[in-house]
Amino acid sequence: MSETRVVLKNCGVIDPEDIATYLDREGFKALKKALKLPGEQVIEEIKASGLRGRGGAGFPCGLKWDLASKAKDDEKYVICNADEGEVGTFKDRYILENDPFSLIEGIAIAGYAIGARKAYIYLRAEYHFLLDVLEKAIVQSKKKGFLKYLDIEIRQGAGAYVCGEESALMDSIEGKRGEVRYRPPFPPTSGLWGKPTIINNVETLMNIPRIMLNGAEWFRGMGTEKSKGTKVFSVSGDVGKPGVYELVLGSRLKELVEGLAGAEKVQAVQVGGATGRIIPYSMLDTPLSFETILGAGAVTVFNETRDIVDMVYRTMKFLAEESCGKCAPCREGTEAMVEILGRFSKGEGLEKDITVLEELADTMMLASMCGLGQAAPIPVMDSLKHFRGAYDQRISQS
Amino acid sequence: MNKIGEGISPQSQEKKDLLVLLERAQSRSGYLSQETVAELAESLGLSISEVYGVASFYSFLSIKPQGRNVIRICKSIPCYLKNAQTIIDGVRKEIGIRPGETTADGRFSFQLTNCIGACDRAPAMMVNNDVHGDLTPEKISKILKAYK
Repeated sequence: MSETRVVLKNCGVIDPEDIATYLDREGFKALKKALKLPGEQVIEEIKASGLRGRGGAGFPCGLKWDLASKAKDDEKYVICNADEGEVGTFKDRYILENDPFSLIEGIAIAGYAIGARKAYIYLRAEYHFLLDVLEKAIVQSKKKGFLKYLDIEIRQGAGAYVCGEESALMDSIEGKRGEVRYRPPFPPTSGLWGKPTIINNVETLMNIPRIMLNGAEWFRGMGTEKSKGTKVFSVSGDVGKPGVYELVLGSRLKELVEGLAGAEKVQAVQVGGATGRIIPYSMLDTPLSFETILGAGAVTVFNETRDIVDMVYRTMKFLAEESCGKCAPCREGTEAMVEILGRFSKGEGLEKDITVLEELADTMMLASMCGLGQAAPIPVMDSLKHFRGAYDQRISQS
Repeated sequence: MNKIGEGISPQSQEKKDLLVLLERAQSRSGYLSQETVAELAESLGLSISEVYGVASFYSFLSIKPQGRNVIRICKSIPCYLKNAQTIIDGVRKEIGIRPGETTADGRFSFQLTNCIGACDRAPAMMVNNDVHGDLTPEKISKILKAYK
């Protein structure tokens, strides 16, 4: 099994500080092609490609653009979500470090397609060191005349996991606390400052120039029925070769963690970061796709020596800390789970705790306002399903 | 080169610029004092509690005085799996303070932080805006020497 570098095709090949090296590799050809078409036709092409959002939610990209394009307003925005805060994810960092030009080209095409004159790149505070390379790339693209119709501004986050959630991110750009908004309305009709807005993940936008250049048919030729194209994975934890790997969607988890990243004696793999699925070794053959498991592509490997209950406890502590606090199911639910899991990690669990965890999970999944609270119970539920013995052993006998 | 918010002048600043202005004030004076918060509230026509609400929401903004250099060690799972605790202990030993504290000479503040996106180089930490990865306890002393 080998990698298929579509999104990453320029990474390690071009000089991220020199636009000439990008132009040598068909750089901005896709934008030129798009500018000759009506915006609607660009959107049709993206729709036909089947491209879905790479930030975790998997919403059809073309549909998002179509809604924003049809919204009646003179002012529209494109936001690139570079607030890569999911635990175990670093693919966007790798992309920004190595190929900022493809991202800028993707943003420029998005802006043209929906009729936006202004775009923001929301960069997480931890990636401050990438500002320089990104700013240089924007300046060079502007000088070459590729940003005539679109102004791209970088906004920096200030350290908040929840700001990777699109509505909290918009509040943060508006200068507020990064708290989640009630929806509807959704961003394509009412987003940044109430204007039609599309928010796309870095990796989603990286796919745009590739699709415009090679066509929707080519893109649809890769992947599964509902998951077209490739996915960039960030692999870390108990592996020999941690790093960024790009695979055609539908590839097997086993190929990624054992074949490419060199993992041995695997006990479990968490796919999708802090709120991701926990996959036991026996299910390592699971394909990676939107139909099965994917998230934003964080893959954290635990070997046989790891204590799964402790991992889940630590993950829940993280989620409780990063909950924005706006809605009660998430704010209180994560805290309650921390308390219970903390007791289990010390061997002081109670029989009835399992039922309480299940009830809490139901409420949080049903009633939380955003993905953080809705997905926070997933690692707890998965570990109860696949590693129930580890919990039972810690039920206090006294 | 850091042009974020460069177009914002004292005359043109608006409520929507609050986060940018807080980030800027923090990089100027190291933290957001009560005076800074009150001045910003006044000039933007916001209440002090609104400005304080934003200033206290984000982990990279501080409403307490900070050392000249801020050490942030990642405590998330990928770093934890690679023995981040030995780095936390190593830094503690090196500068003599615990997470959450600032050295008496004001040279370092020490914090634990959530995933910084350097899991491929775990265990990792940030000192100010610099990321240091593939850490071992032996490397700490040399790294910190560069920060005065």
